[in-house]
Amino acid sequence: MRREQICQEIRFLLDSLGERAYFPNQFRGDVLTDMAQLLPGTLDLLILRAVSLGPLHGYGILLRIGQISDNALLIEQGALYPGLFRLVKQGLLKSNWGTSENNRRAKFYELTVTGRKRLQEETESWNRLAGAIAAALSQQPEEV
Amino acid sequence: MRLLDSLQFRIGAFFQRDQMNAEMDEELRSHMEHRADDLERNGMARFDAERRARIEFGGREKYKEEIHQAFGGNMIETFVQDLRFSLRQLRKSPGFTIASVLTLMLAIAANAVVFGLMDGLILRPLNVPQSESLYGTHYGDNPAWQSYPNYLDLRDRNRSFEGLAAFNFALGVGLDTGKDAIVSNGFATSGNYFDVLRVQPYLGRFFHAADEHGPKSAPYIVLTYAYWHTRFQDDRGIAGRTVQLNKHPYTIIGVAPPGFQGTLMFVSPDFFMPIVNQEELGGGNPNDRSNTGGVFEAFGHLKPGVTPAQAVADVDSVSAYLEKAYPKDVPHHSTELGREGLTSFTSGVRAFVSGLMLLAILILLAACANLGSLFAARAADRSREVALRLALGSSRVRILRQLLTEAVLISLAGGAAGVLGSVMLLRRLSVWQPIPGAPVHLPVSPNPELYWFALALALVSGFLFGIVPVRQVMRTNPYEIVKAGSSARLGRRITLRDVLLIVQISICAVLVTSSMVAVRGLVSSLHSNFGFEPRNTMLAAVNLAIAGYTGDKVPAMQRRMIDAMQTIHGVEAAGMVNSYPPLVYTAGTRASVFKHDATDLKPASAAISPYRYDISPGYFEAAGTSLLAGRSLSWHDDKNAPAVAVINRNFAEKIFGSVTNAVGRVFRLQDGTNVEVVGVVENGKYQVLTEDQQPAMFLPFVLSPVSSAYLVVRINPKSGRDPQQIASAMRSKIGELDAGLPVDTQTWSTLLQTVLFPSQVATMALGVMGLMGAMLSVTGIFGMAAYSVSKRLRELGIRMALGAKRREVLQAALGRPLKLLALGSAAGLVLGLLATKVLAFIVYQATPRDPLVLAGVVFAMLLLGLLATWIPAQRALAVNPLTLLREE
Repeated sequence: MRREQICQEIRFLLDSLGERAYFPNQFRGDVLTDMAQLLPGTLDLLILRAVSLGPLHGYGILLRIGQISDNALLIEQGALYPGLFRLVKQGLLKSNWGTSENNRRAKFYELTVTGRKRLQEETESWNRLAGAIAAALSQQPEEV
Repeated sequence: MRLLDSLQFRIGAFFQRDQMNAEMDEELRSHMEHRADDLERNGMARFDAERRARIEFGGREKYKEEIHQAFGGNMIETFVQDLRFSLRQLRKSPGFTIASVLTLMLAIAANAVVFGLMDGLILRPLNVPQSESLYGTHYGDNPAWQSYPNYLDLRDRNRSFEGLAAFNFALGVGLDTGKDAIVSNGFATSGNYFDVLRVQPYLGRFFHAADEHGPKSAPYIVLTYAYWHTRFQDDRGIAGRTVQLNKHPYTIIGVAPPGFQGTLMFVSPDFFMPIVNQEELGGGNPNDRSNTGGVFEAFGHLKPGVTPAQAVADVDSVSAYLEKAYPKDVPHHSTELGREGLTSFTSGVRAFVSGLMLLAILILLAACANLGSLFAARAADRSREVALRLALGSSRVRILRQLLTEAVLISLAGGAAGVLGSVMLLRRLSVWQPIPGAPVHLPVSPNPELYWFALALALVSGFLFGIVPVRQVMRTNPYEIVKAGSSARLGRRITLRDVLLIVQISICAVLVTSSMVAVRGLVSSLHSNFGFEPRNTMLAAVNLAIAGYTGDKVPAMQRRMIDAMQTIHGVEAAGMVNSYPPLVYTAGTRASVFKHDATDLKPASAAISPYRYDISPGYFEAAGTSLLAGRSLSWHDDKNAPAVAVINRNFAEKIFGSVTNAVGRVFRLQDGTNVEVVGVVENGKYQVLTEDQQPAMFLPFVLSPVSSAYLVVRINPKSGRDPQQIASAMRSKIGELDAGLPVDTQTWSTLLQTVLFPSQVATMALGVMGLMGAMLSVTGIFGMAAYSVSKRLRELGIRMALGAKRREVLQAALGRPLKLLALGSAAGLVLGLLATKVLAFIVYQATPRDPLVLAGVVFAMLLLGLLATWIPAQRALAVNPLTLLREE
């Protein structure tokens, strides 16, 4: 049993080496990773938003983000977790172990009071920023 | 507040990391299982779904690392991980580890020892408070001998010192405790000696200026701590005990603090006594202004605000006044002030120790280059492992950090071992007595600064050779390496490793050159003409003042001793010389000599200043000095006969034109006596080996008897008696004449050690450095050759299969290392020749362009190369192409 486990693990490791080589587009989710690099904190904002609609476990948050953005924003799966832990450390989320809908043990996250306040602030600030950029981009040459 | 919280968090995270890790694992696994559930619901088989879920998730370890980083509480954990991994890696290749630690240990030990020397000799020569403002009077490179009344005037008239003290030597004094009488050496000091130095006694009290009331007052002595320990067994009731110095009673009043050994570098006296009493111990009359050997050096703390330049001008003005006031007795000298502790050795010691430090650092650099290339080779070997780690998500910085940890571990281990070795060596050095019979010691002993220095060196060198693989690791492309295997890049370019090897070899060549030059210099100095034959000669130091002889009894007893020596079986000739024979203890006195009709007898207008020796008849035969013209001295040349002398060739040629012309001519001494030249002897060396040819004159000892003299006895080599037998025969004969007279016998060759001491030390040090350099370069070449052979084994196998001959295989395998060896040796040889200018300072007759030296170095490097490449060459030749190709 142990040997088979090891063989499997090695195969998974090697597979992850070649993950980019033979993986279909759907779950590559490079888009948001790039975005998260451009605008730090955007991922956090999305997580907070996703959780604000109700406590979720990690996989559920992933799905929820895809849902509320109409599948336009997709996250590389593992990249979620550093963000989650960071938010827990900052006190914006709190976590609890529970049972999921599939009857499995999972860690559930929900907003704290500070988290809810932060979400509101960040949303307003993001909207302001987006509005300003949109206005700048829509300027006609004569209006400058 | 944030900082405190964060710190708390980190420490908490550190201690709970296992629990956190387990939770994290579980959470990530749960995520993947949920994804697998979804996929299964869409129709995939469970096994495939799980596999797909894992692939989609991406590199688990990478995200776990990122989570850890988000927590930030794992600096300590990472460090501990790095440590454990490095230790494991080092344990896996024990050969590499041991070789590196040994190399670094040698290099750091060398540096630590030289630093200890530098610390003890240059940075802190004296163990007294505020030694930075302590200055002593010198005459250029010579000690400032002057008369005691001169010193008193200087003390009272100067305006720059806060008190001027003085000291002289009291050597060869018989100290009788009542139980035994042993010859010991001390300092004769002015009353304010200890007060000027601001030292406190360890036991009892010191004597002070108030205790002095003119000559033969203040019969007190102070013991040094070491002497109190060895001779008086730490007797705490020592204060108040009386002893006899040369049969005069003295009271021991105190013990100096441990570590205090007077005011002269290298010399550790046994006791201190007031200088006003030095006449009864064999010194001159302190009140005599013409006795220019009354005081060895005067020193004191400068008054605050007075610069050394101002003090020099002040002392010069006082000296000028004294010269005018006492023209006959005060020779003209321009004074300099030097830091107290080093007089006639200053520039030599400084240059030598600085040179040694440079060489030691060179050795350390060579060792770092060696280890750097080893490390680079090893990193290249581990490129597969590095590639895998990079692919699994490690950052390059992390990998570099781990490599650096390995390097620092090795350097710390090497540094610790090196420091231990150096401490042992320094301890041995500090008790070593290089000159038998003289109280000379090297004042070096390990202190805390040494450990800090070694630690700093270890860390720096660890970083130095640890960063060598940086470029390599940064450029590693993991995918390429995993696919293609880590084949070495075969190219003609010069890589960093090659440069390091060249640097190492050239440093080694420099070291080997220096040591060869030093050895040559020493050998040639041993064979130069001394003007006497030190082999088969026995010297006996006899100080008649110890046994209470005075006045006319002295020469009479001395004659009796010479006659007694001649009756010993096996003795060819015996004679005597006052004070010290040539080349012993670098003691040589000069006298002023004038034309036979000169009226102006001031030292400044002397025609010549030869060394003066007062000898007995038979001295030249005993010393083996050959007579060139005229006759030697005889017993008829005494007080009642006209004054005669024997001069040496240099004197004869300078004053009288030639050797033959000189016999029969007359010259005048400073006291007005006219002396006739009756004979001329060969030239020789009198004070130090490195002096140019100097004039010398030999006068009959009966004209100016002195109680301290050396008997010179020449042993007939055909008599079959060895020096020990002759020495005991001498002692027993003198014992028959007077039982209370201690005799100190040595061969002349042994006493020559003093003059040879600096050269010997230099040669030994340089020889050791050269050896270490050689070992380092052997290791370096061996490493590179072995590595290159092992990497190209496949290629060599193919060459052999295709029919290459042995020579061609060797050329292919070892061509590169040997080419680098040649390059490095050439560079090192040139550097070494340039650098021997520095060597010429310390090593007598160091001529770097000596063809023997060049040939020697070339030969040595060739030999080293051969030695180092022997084993890899054998391995290359023993390659069996079939097995190799099959393995690959």
